[in-house]
Amino acid sequence: MKPSKAKTVFDVQAIRRDFPILGRQVHGKPLVYLDNAATTQKPRAVIDALVHYYEHQNANIHRAIHTLGEEATAAYEETRAKVSQFINASRPESIVFTRSATEALNLIAYAWGRANVKKGDEIVLTQMEHHSNMVPWQRLAQEVGATIKYIGVSDEGTLDLDGLDDIITEKTKLVSVTQVSNAFGTINVLDKIIAAAHRRGALAVVDGAQSVPHMPVDVQAIDCDFLAFSAHKMLGPTGVGVLYARYELLEEMEPFQSGGEMISRVRLEGASWNDVPWKFEAGTPNIADVIAFGAALDYLSALGMDNVRAHEQELTAYALRRLRQLEDIIIYGPQDTSRRGGVASFNYPDIHAHDVGTILDREGVAIRAGHHCAQPLMRRFDMAGTARASFYIYNTLEEVDALIEGVEKARAFFSHASG
Amino acid sequence: MPLDRDVELDELYREIILDHYRNPRNRGSLDQPNAIGEGDNPLCGDEVRVDLDIRDGRVSDVRFEAKGCSISQASASMMTEAVKGLSLEEVDSLFETFKGMMYGSDEVDVEALGDLEALQGVRKFPVRVKCATLAWNTLQEALEEFGKGRG
Repeated sequence: MKPSKAKTVFDVQAIRRDFPILGRQVHGKPLVYLDNAATTQKPRAVIDALVHYYEHQNANIHRAIHTLGEEATAAYEETRAKVSQFINASRPESIVFTRSATEALNLIAYAWGRANVKKGDEIVLTQMEHHSNMVPWQRLAQEVGATIKYIGVSDEGTLDLDGLDDIITEKTKLVSVTQVSNAFGTINVLDKIIAAAHRRGALAVVDGAQSVPHMPVDVQAIDCDFLAFSAHKMLGPTGVGVLYARYELLEEMEPFQSGGEMISRVRLEGASWNDVPWKFEAGTPNIADVIAFGAALDYLSALGMDNVRAHEQELTAYALRRLRQLEDIIIYGPQDTSRRGGVASFNYPDIHAHDVGTILDREGVAIRAGHHCAQPLMRRFDMAGTARASFYIYNTLEEVDALIEGVEKARAFFSHASG
Repeated sequence: MPLDRDVELDELYREIILDHYRNPRNRGSLDQPNAIGEGDNPLCGDEVRVDLDIRDGRVSDVRFEAKGCSISQASASMMTEAVKGLSLEEVDSLFETFKGMMYGSDEVDVEALGDLEALQGVRKFPVRVKCATLAWNTLQEALEEFGKGRG
């Protein structure tokens, strides 16, 4: 049942050796880390970049006239250029560093939304959004008296685009949609939605938190106006988010937060703003983690995002095939792996995902169990949550086997215990 | 399927807990409750509702509805059995003893807890403690609301 020879697109064993944490044990079993949609592990190169910065370059950036400050500034700005290249932005100044994807989405809601969305306007989201791409818009709508409309989700866990023209109308000011569902792994086809938004003069925001780490993403090809994602889900450190925006939009927008770094001149009467993108980076930014994020981007670029995608697709196809063989199990999202990212989301009808998660943890297998910060989607399927395994570059087919064994054990445990 | 026994896991999922999970006691709702509590655990989406009929300072009847894991459901079921018939003061003191056990206090008279003692194993699984205390916190909120109404 397992392919005798994995048609691996790169050397997974060599990759695994780059990740120190993968050598540890959990409850006496080798760690099988399948919670990559929550956060990924870090390669030695990223950890070393953090240490190198603090040991050799630590200084505040942009203002220092000494060598350390110059080096730190250059390293920080180099990451901006790498991010720009990674998502094929037309210029590095389109990239704003935030502390998370959530903060990037809030930045749009505050700096663009408060100035442009008025009473009676409409914002369009989907029923499968992560709370971070829902709550900032709900707050904005409540404040200004706008309305939120939702694109629905089909039983298969895909977006229901019938009637899109009734949802996105002249009243729509902004459409915000995730490229990949964090709960089910569904890959959304964005072109229809973004074209509909632009046709009506609305802006298009893409939540790329689950897509940019896992597949090639080209902002010019997607034709979005904003894209948000976070470093820690793609080998980078925690505490760094990215907002991509069309440069002209960033120029028009007022700052989000204000203070140091973001000004050009301050008088007692008032202040004027620094250039884009720095006018959106008030205060000393997360210099060390941004620099180390550069090492993460180098690591992924060297592997090639097409290869990352192919590897995850192979793991996902195998995981779905094995899960389908388990009696009574329910699998959410499309079965066709060309339409789904590296996520397997499932439930037993009579076992809560938390109980499955606890039993798997005793086997060293780390998965996520719960609502995945997507409660409206869970409600749509009338459930409290799912068990979710999510894959990345260092996962193997053997680890999928460990997952399946653990799931079988959970099933046996509960039927045994109840019998 | 033969299982390697995992002692801590067996302690977490004691037979009595699984029995309450499979065969919940006092599940449902009351026609005319005079105190209602609704609680959820935002971490995992567990939800519980507790209906109470309080007469002469005692819990004369109680029901619960819950969506959630085995621990939260079993705990809710066991709680309803434990508090039925108790005075409100006795409920408070039982909750204190229960919390003491869940958060690892040494001075807890575990004997006084009766069947609730079975939930002791949850302590070894810190992320699950909230599942076990959800129904109790919900009950306490219902009683506080009831007290305010009377006050």
